[in-house]
Amino acid sequence: MIDTVTQFLSDNLVLIVGAVKAAIIAVALLSSVPLLVWLERRLMGRFQVRLGPNRVGPFGLAQPFADAVKLLFKESIVQGSADKFLFFLAPAVVVFTAIVTFSAIPFGASFTLFGQEIGPHVANINVGLLFVFAISSMGIYGIVLAGLASNNKYSLMGGLRSSAQMISYELTLGLAALGVIIVSGSLNLVEIVEDQAVVPNIILQPLAFILFFTAGVAETNRAPFDLPEAEQELVAGFHTEYTGMKFAMFFMGEYINMITMSAMVTVLFLGGWNAYFFEFLVPPVIGPIIVFAAKVFLLLCVFIWLRSTFPRIRYDRLMTFGWKVMLPLAVLNLMVAGFFKVL
Amino acid sequence: MLEQYTGAFLMLIIAIGIAVGMVVATSILGPKHRFADKAEPFECGESQIVSPHQRFSVKFYLVAVLFILFDIEAVFLFPWAVLYKRLGVFGFVEMFLFLIILGVGLLYVWRRGGLDWE
Repeated sequence: MIDTVTQFLSDNLVLIVGAVKAAIIAVALLSSVPLLVWLERRLMGRFQVRLGPNRVGPFGLAQPFADAVKLLFKESIVQGSADKFLFFLAPAVVVFTAIVTFSAIPFGASFTLFGQEIGPHVANINVGLLFVFAISSMGIYGIVLAGLASNNKYSLMGGLRSSAQMISYELTLGLAALGVIIVSGSLNLVEIVEDQAVVPNIILQPLAFILFFTAGVAETNRAPFDLPEAEQELVAGFHTEYTGMKFAMFFMGEYINMITMSAMVTVLFLGGWNAYFFEFLVPPVIGPIIVFAAKVFLLLCVFIWLRSTFPRIRYDRLMTFGWKVMLPLAVLNLMVAGFFKVL
Repeated sequence: MLEQYTGAFLMLIIAIGIAVGMVVATSILGPKHRFADKAEPFECGESQIVSPHQRFSVKFYLVAVLFILFDIEAVFLFPWAVLYKRLGVFGFVEMFLFLIILGVGLLYVWRRGGLDWE
């Protein structure tokens, strides 16, 4: 009996380890969303010289969890003339793509546990960067479908704007990442991080870093590029007609995308889990993960900082900025990166 | 070769479970009080005046077409960037010309007013 169990375990070890890792990371992602909402509300409060939520639980930490429970028990209103199937599909697509995108991101050096080498990532894919781009751009479908299925002019406008914005900035995102690929010569995210053991790519590719981060803010529909949900003109953009948990799912998607984008910037430009001058302080196994999480946390704070600093830019400015400034700069950066590498 | 996608595939199944579970849970758990006015599309308290199915700016199509053109060109650059160290000077000159052609295309669209939003 025990023999057959151990036999089964050793035969399907890859599958079992993979399933456990996937489950842990999915749960961690989902539970980090309320914490990020809390962080954003507290920081925004401080930026605006007020307190922010501080009544429910210690430091108001339980507030977003209470909000989540409340939203779950709200009525799910489906507008009469809406396309029912697409209306339900749209938020599911947003959450689904956000979670799957994260599976390719490595967030720590691999370590040995019970004689097994375990890498802290769900999947170490040799074209990891392309995988992340491919799956994350599928998130646009969720937003376009939400806009179309709602049968509401505000939703439609929001969906259209969002799709045009996201595809425009995706070009810059891809071209800026190409600069990093030239330097490291690999599409594998683990190899890209290991390549930065001495010097992080932010020093070799400073312009690419700025372009990538700016395009990342636009790609996640965060302020100052939050045109799809410009509440003064479009009520709430593509999620005007959504209530309850379906409404919250769009926010979950947005916040998970924020985490993923910060993790991508960390992997591509900030050297991932390499601690550089502070390497002697880092304990084994758990240390690299903490270093990675600290870098992601810093970038998330920058996201929130940007939101409370910049006013939303006008839509025509947004599009011309994307095509006339970001894209030429990205092409130029690629030429310069190629030139310096060939010398 | 495909084993490296095992984790991603498992994550895919979990993500489908989470997404579908949430949509189903919110449909079951909430109260259900339906009446005609609530099923109307939102329009700041008015009943809907204009249909959402009207014409919208042709610029959105233009952006989509331009995106397809430039994104396909960007896809050609990915294998080049990975092999850049091995290709050496030849790779640099080849791709420099390719990038210039890409830049001229962008300049053409720019000059013809394809990137302007009035």
